[in-house]
Amino acid sequence: MNFLTLFARAVAAMRYNKTRSFLTTLGIIIGVTTIIAIVALLKGLDRTIDQEFSSLGTKTIYVQKMELQLGLRRHRNFEEISKRADLTVEDAAAIARLATVRAAVPNIHRNLGTLTRGIYEADECTLTGIGEGGDLTGNWVVSEGRFITRYDQQHRNTVCVIGSYVADNLFAPGEDPLNQTLEVDGHRYVVVGMLGEKGASFGHPQDNQIFIPVETYIKYYSLPEGRASVFRGIRIEVLPNEGVPVETAQADVEELLRLRRGLRYYEDNDFGLNTQESMLSSLNTIRSVLWLVMVGVAGISLLVGGIGIMNIMLVSVAERTREIGIRKAVGASEFDIMAQFLSEAVALSSVGGVVGIVLGLAAAAFVSAVTPLQAAAPWWTVVLGVGFSATVGIIFGIYPARKASGLNPIEAIRYE
Amino acid sequence: MAEWQEAAVARAAVERLIELAGVSKVYDTGHVAVRALADIDLQLESGEYVAIMGPSGSGKSTLMHILGCLDYPTSGSYYLRGEEVSQYGGKRLAAVRCREVGFVFQQFNLLPRLTAAQNVELPLLYARVPADRREEVVADTLAKVGLSERGHHRPNELSGGEVQRVAIARALANDPAIILADEPTGNLDSKSGDELMQLLDGLYEMGRTLVLVTHDDDVARHAKRVITLRDGRLG
Repeated sequence: MNFLTLFARAVAAMRYNKTRSFLTTLGIIIGVTTIIAIVALLKGLDRTIDQEFSSLGTKTIYVQKMELQLGLRRHRNFEEISKRADLTVEDAAAIARLATVRAAVPNIHRNLGTLTRGIYEADECTLTGIGEGGDLTGNWVVSEGRFITRYDQQHRNTVCVIGSYVADNLFAPGEDPLNQTLEVDGHRYVVVGMLGEKGASFGHPQDNQIFIPVETYIKYYSLPEGRASVFRGIRIEVLPNEGVPVETAQADVEELLRLRRGLRYYEDNDFGLNTQESMLSSLNTIRSVLWLVMVGVAGISLLVGGIGIMNIMLVSVAERTREIGIRKAVGASEFDIMAQFLSEAVALSSVGGVVGIVLGLAAAAFVSAVTPLQAAAPWWTVVLGVGFSATVGIIFGIYPARKASGLNPIEAIRYE
Repeated sequence: MAEWQEAAVARAAVERLIELAGVSKVYDTGHVAVRALADIDLQLESGEYVAIMGPSGSGKSTLMHILGCLDYPTSGSYYLRGEEVSQYGGKRLAAVRCREVGFVFQQFNLLPRLTAAQNVELPLLYARVPADRREEVVADTLAKVGLSERGHHRPNELSGGEVQRVAIARALANDPAIILADEPTGNLDSKSGDELMQLLDGLYEMGRTLVLVTHDDDVARHAKRVITLRDGRLG
C-alpha cells in the first residue's frame, strides 16, 4: 500500500465523522493560522519600516541629547539626561566645519495646531527652525524657490519654506504662494520656497511643516527646558560628505562634541548619535521579542492541537477495536495497522494545517487591505505550516497507533 | 481406507498440509489456569473437508485460532506446509494469516464502512498485490460467490446470506491454503444456511481445504471428516 493510498483512505475515514474531525483539527487550525498571520504581520512590519526609513535621510546622523533605544534595554535616568547641556547652533556650525561632514543642520520644532490665513485653514501644522542644508539631511526636494540659507540664519530673516500640505491648504487654488506672506504666532514670514510632497512617516504627516531660519526661531521662541529639552530641544542633523562612510563621520562628530563638552576620557558620552542603523538595531530587538512571542503562541496552540488529535485517535482506536481485529485476522501486520492510524492522525493534522494556512493568508490579506501595514506571508510559511502540522500529527499519532497495532486480534474481534 | 482418505488420495494432494504435534493451550487468568487444549495431535491433508465439533467450552474456537495463526500454542508444535509456524514472530505470522488462511466468522465481521468489493480487497491490500491485479481478483472472487452485481454495496445494504458470501469471497481472495469457518451458518436463516453450505461444498469440489467449526450436526454432515473435541481433547 503506497503512501497516497494510505492517505486517501485516511481522508475517507476522516469524512466518516466530519464534525468530530473538524473539532479535532480546530487546535491545529488555530495554531497554523497564528503562525502564518504573525509571520505575515512581522514581514509586513519589516517592509513598512524599511520603506519609512528610506523616506528619511538614509545616511543622516541625528545628534540628540539622548541615545534612542526602542528596545527593552533600560533607559538611563531621564532626569539626569534632561540636565545634560543642550546642543546649540554653534555646535552645528562647528560640526559643519569637519572635513568629513557635508552638512550639519540644527533643527528644532513645535506644534502649531490649526493655522489660518484669511479664509483658509491647515490643521496640525509644525513650525521648524532649521539651518542651511536641512533639505539635504531631511531628504527634501525643493519644488519651487529655495531652501533656508546661511544668510537667512545670520540675519534672522523672517522667511519660510513650506511643505506641500501647507501650500495646498493655506493658499487659494491657482495662487502662487511664493513671495506671499504667512502669519504664524503674530510674526509674518515671506514664503521663499516650497517642498515636494513626501507623504507620512511612521504615521506622522511630514508635509505639514513650515521651515524658518533657526536663529529666527530662537529669537521668537524660548527653548524648552528640563525634561522637554530631551526630545524637543535643538537636535543636529549631520550628513557625511560624499564617499565618506557614516561610521567615519560619526566618529569625527563624536570626538568633536566630546571636546566641546569637555568630557574626560573616562566619561561616557552625554549626547546621542542616532543613525538609521542604531534605530534599526533597537527595532530589531523588538522584532526578535515579537518572534519569540510568536514561537511561544504557535508552539502552545500546536501542542494543545496535538493533544486533541491524540485524544481523538485514542477514542477512535477504542471504537474501532473490532475493525482492528478483523483487519489483523485477514492478514494486516502490526506495521499495517500502525501505518493506517498514523496516517489518519497525519491526515487530520495536515488538513488542519492547510485550512490554517488559508485562514492565515486571508487574515494577512485582510490586514493589508484595511491598514497601511503590507502584511504578506512569504512562501516558506506555507511549507512551515504544512511541516509543523504534519509533524504534530506524527508525534501525537504514534502513541494511539502503537496502541492499535498492539491489540490482540482474538480479543479485538470479540470486542463489542 | 475410509472414504475421505480415498478422496484425498484421488486428488493427488499427498503433501501434508497441517500437522499439530502435542499442542496445548493454557489460559492463565491469574488465579486459575484454564486448559483449553490438551495435547492435540492432528493431521490435515490438502483438499480435506473437516468439521470440528464439540459443545461450547470444548476448545474448538481455540483450536481454530491456533490453526488460523491468530494465537500461539502454549506448548507443542504447529507445522503448516512443513514450516513450524508456532515458532514464527508476529510479522511472519501476519504474513501467514494473509496468504495461507481465510477466515469466515459467525458474526460475518465485514468492515461496515467499506463496500463489499473493498472488504474483499482487504487481504489483497495487505498482501501488497498491485492495484490493477487487485481489481481483477476482486471481480473474479465476487463472481465465484455469485455477487458480481453487489460489489459496490455496503454490508448494511446486503442480506445476511449475501454478507456471509462476501465474507467467503474475502477469505478466498488470496487463494489461501486453508479456509477456516467458525459457525458460518450460525446467524443465517435455514434457507440462506443451505445455500451457504452448497457454496462451501462447491469450494471443496474445486479442491479447497475447508475446516468448519460447528456444533450443528446438519452442518457437520457436509464435511468428509468430523473431529470431536471434548474438554480440550480429541474424542
